[in-house]
Amino acid sequence: MLAAIGVGSLQEIFDRQIPEGVRLRRELDLPAGRGEQDVYEHLRELAERNVSCEQEISFLGAGMYDHYVPAIIDMLTERSEFLTPYTPYQPEISQGGLQVMFEYQTAISELTGLPVSNASTYEGPSAVAAAGYLAKLHNQRTKFVLSAGLHPHSIQTLRTYAHGYGMQVVEVPLRDGVTDPDAWAAAIDADTSAAIFAQPNFYGAVEDAAALSAAAKAAGTASGAAHAPVVICQVDPIALGVLAPPGSCGVDVAVGEGQSLGNRLDFGGPSFGMFAAREEYLRRMPGRIAGQTNDVDGRRGFVLTLQTREQHIRREKATSNICTAQALNALAGVVYLTWLGRRGLVELGELLLARTHYARECLASIDGVHKLHEQPVVREFAVRIDADVHAVRRRCLEQGVNPGVDLHALSGRPEDRGGLLVAITERRSRADIDRLAELLSAAVAAERRVAVPA
Amino acid sequence: MSAIGENRLHTDPGIDSHPLPASAGAGAGAGGSGAAVGSTPLQRQAATTIFQKGAPGRRAFQCPELDVPEVDPEQLLPAHLRRQSPALLPEVSEPEIVRHYVGLSKRNFDLDSGFYPLGSCTMKHNPRLHERAAALPGHSRLHPLQDAERSQGALELMWNLQSALAEISGLPHVSLQPSAGSHGELAGVLLTRAYHEDRGQTRHKVLTPDTAHGTNPATVTMAGLEVVKVATGPHGGVDIDDLRAKADEDVACLMLTNPNTLGLFDPSIAEIAEIVHGVGATLYYDGANLNAVMGLSRPGDMGFDIVHFNLHKSFTQPHGGGGPGSGPIAVSDRIAPFLPVPVLTRSHDGSFALEEDPEGPGSKSIGRLRGFQGNYGCFVRSYAYICSLGADGLRDASETAVLNANYLLARLREQPIAEHLPLAYGELCMHEFVLSGGPMKRALGIKTLDLAKRLLDFGFHPPTVYFPLLVEEALMVEPTETETKETLDSFAQAIAAILAEAAEDPSLAAEAPYSTPVRRLDEVGAAKNPVIRETLG
Repeated sequence: MLAAIGVGSLQEIFDRQIPEGVRLRRELDLPAGRGEQDVYEHLRELAERNVSCEQEISFLGAGMYDHYVPAIIDMLTERSEFLTPYTPYQPEISQGGLQVMFEYQTAISELTGLPVSNASTYEGPSAVAAAGYLAKLHNQRTKFVLSAGLHPHSIQTLRTYAHGYGMQVVEVPLRDGVTDPDAWAAAIDADTSAAIFAQPNFYGAVEDAAALSAAAKAAGTASGAAHAPVVICQVDPIALGVLAPPGSCGVDVAVGEGQSLGNRLDFGGPSFGMFAAREEYLRRMPGRIAGQTNDVDGRRGFVLTLQTREQHIRREKATSNICTAQALNALAGVVYLTWLGRRGLVELGELLLARTHYARECLASIDGVHKLHEQPVVREFAVRIDADVHAVRRRCLEQGVNPGVDLHALSGRPEDRGGLLVAITERRSRADIDRLAELLSAAVAAERRVAVPA
Repeated sequence: MSAIGENRLHTDPGIDSHPLPASAGAGAGAGGSGAAVGSTPLQRQAATTIFQKGAPGRRAFQCPELDVPEVDPEQLLPAHLRRQSPALLPEVSEPEIVRHYVGLSKRNFDLDSGFYPLGSCTMKHNPRLHERAAALPGHSRLHPLQDAERSQGALELMWNLQSALAEISGLPHVSLQPSAGSHGELAGVLLTRAYHEDRGQTRHKVLTPDTAHGTNPATVTMAGLEVVKVATGPHGGVDIDDLRAKADEDVACLMLTNPNTLGLFDPSIAEIAEIVHGVGATLYYDGANLNAVMGLSRPGDMGFDIVHFNLHKSFTQPHGGGGPGSGPIAVSDRIAPFLPVPVLTRSHDGSFALEEDPEGPGSKSIGRLRGFQGNYGCFVRSYAYICSLGADGLRDASETAVLNANYLLARLREQPIAEHLPLAYGELCMHEFVLSGGPMKRALGIKTLDLAKRLLDFGFHPPTVYFPLLVEEALMVEPTETETKETLDSFAQAIAAILAEAAEDPSLAAEAPYSTPVRRLDEVGAAKNPVIRETLG
């Protein structure tokens, strides 16, 4: 090979190209390489030092959830043909992946009740930020109005992005567990680029999405602007079997964390971000979009389309810098929705509704545990505990039950002190919930005794 | 058999009137893979989506029993908040789902089936050990909000990966949070902005070479800054005079890929760093081409302040058909205070934690870039790769990648290929190189696109085409260290064969491909009248 290249040694190839001064003159300071078996054992040993949802009864949620992932998803996502190709730049040999994107877009469009979906973005909170950027490009206004019911990670991510392109961010507080409708309407004016809320919200409460959308549009135009702000909703897709879809509630752009649709927890990623919108936003969407067309022989086929939005064509004028579709994760998402099917999604939603209601009533009946709000909940709920949450959680953890997320630890909000966020999936049976109630009751009682001075 | 090499894309009995490569047709079956894209009638069947299959009432999912007391639905969720009609998802059985998606998979070409020399994409082998390790429940079923003391294994893995990336890049502080290369770039530009703001400076401009990846300028705009292009000099590197002319006190940053998208290591890198630092700007390294220099040269030593890595390129995270990826960043001391949160810390007792607010209320962090702590599943795979290779293995990977690229370049610089597809810049290359199809277009009447489409009939994924933009009819080739000499030879032979047949009959390439599940698609029509979802009901 060296002879064909016309060099005397491999070293010569580098000597002729990399300047002396920037060459590394030593070996990297890394451990020596190891064989496959050794590396496997090392990674297994690391895995064993984590407590996964396999090893405890976990009520953790707050954005990612321990749902059952059917075996066919593992089988399909491990297939070389889906796992190892690049972005489908050559559509003639990428029809499988492109059709999966087209089917995914159809499923997300059906789920959200919005006519257009992209082929997915990174994940939930950054999808909220990407939706904000779409609104900014759309109307060139200067302010985002956010409900405090958005996930703290979504708010923080949006703030990071918004600082970059110079947007003002106004947070609207909650009242009785949901977005305060008066403060919401008061905050929205002719400068408002987007009004953003979550459904259900971070505290598990179901918002009146139709009322929030209508109020945002009325407030936006009342102040003299010709057009209303873009209404953006971060939605939990698993709840859309029972919840009114964003599209029927007047929402313009629906985004969300897709993990609960057939993706593993993976300590936070990779998953996918949903991104669906009304037709008028199609040409400002971020990311990849698959479209239907025909080949020269008239056969139906699929291509990446509307690429004039994208960075590789438009460069600094692109609608986003995103060039990723979380294609493999979105494949898991559409296979999961297909596996659940038209009726299964509703049945699962009803099961979660019933179990979540049951769990909330059980926990709220414990002395020293109170509902944080009385709003309907679909898959998660918050309670306030009259004892140190950290200590209460610790007592439950010692007994093999993870009772949920310490709200204050996650959000950092003073008003969240004493809060516990409890998530329910189809994997948490009535027996699991009863066990949680039993342990929580004992833990709260014990901690309240500790707290009382002798 | 097989001057052409691995025969993957051919011989539909229904398309035998089409001009297949002679050796390809004869080789079908002899090659033995049997998994050809487009090789069976099934793969040529009319596309039918899952939404067009099934029957009312058919299903796969069996819902767990309702084990809690039934409650009035109105009390659970009032009617005005409820969905009125179900989402029209498919109604299919599990075997139908399996057949459908396995069928679709067979209409994809993939890295495990053949050569995939897509420039700047680093299509290297994805070891299956990584999939097995990432699937262990201790990794895959670990909740992102699990308490730190109950996720020490995961945090240690992240710590070790951070340390390795710091060593590889020569920059001491790492954040694993960004979700992809483009996300890492956004982090980098926001970091630069925060750094200048902290020093009381508002700088508006970001310099990017005209050879840059499209994500660079797109990112700059998203971060609220303005792109200023820097020209490429006659030898393919940054035009130093143009850089000097444009580098002023209003420049926040220069974004550079080194080796650049022409596959050339910029010989003036030290001078470039001096100019950029001289005006108080930062130097950003787009890590898309890191596969050329692991263990050989480090961005930190070149003078870069911020680097992003593509774990899905140099570090074997499978591309998954376009994602997931992961785009960690490494930075110098002066940028470190601005890193995104959460920040991974190690305390004196050796335990690890994720800090949301590491510096307290005075924190200079740019904030969060996404939910939780990044694409951990990708970290497991890339960490497994680094453990497997070690220091000498990583250097060996880069050396072999560069050797392979130069060998393939040498084969393609033989006549009669070279007269039609000359090398755009330079003599040698790093991990990739760019040819120009301009002479081919003029002499033979076929474009780079035609050559790419004809390669599909020969069983190869084509190189990246029409990028970088400054090369006429560009063809950007990155073979990676994965490939054998035999594969590289067969690719060169395929190129020669296509040029030879084009000299006889240019329509062969101009109308290719013939053997794929579909032939050339109407992309203009797709964009003009977008149909982006199935029509239902």
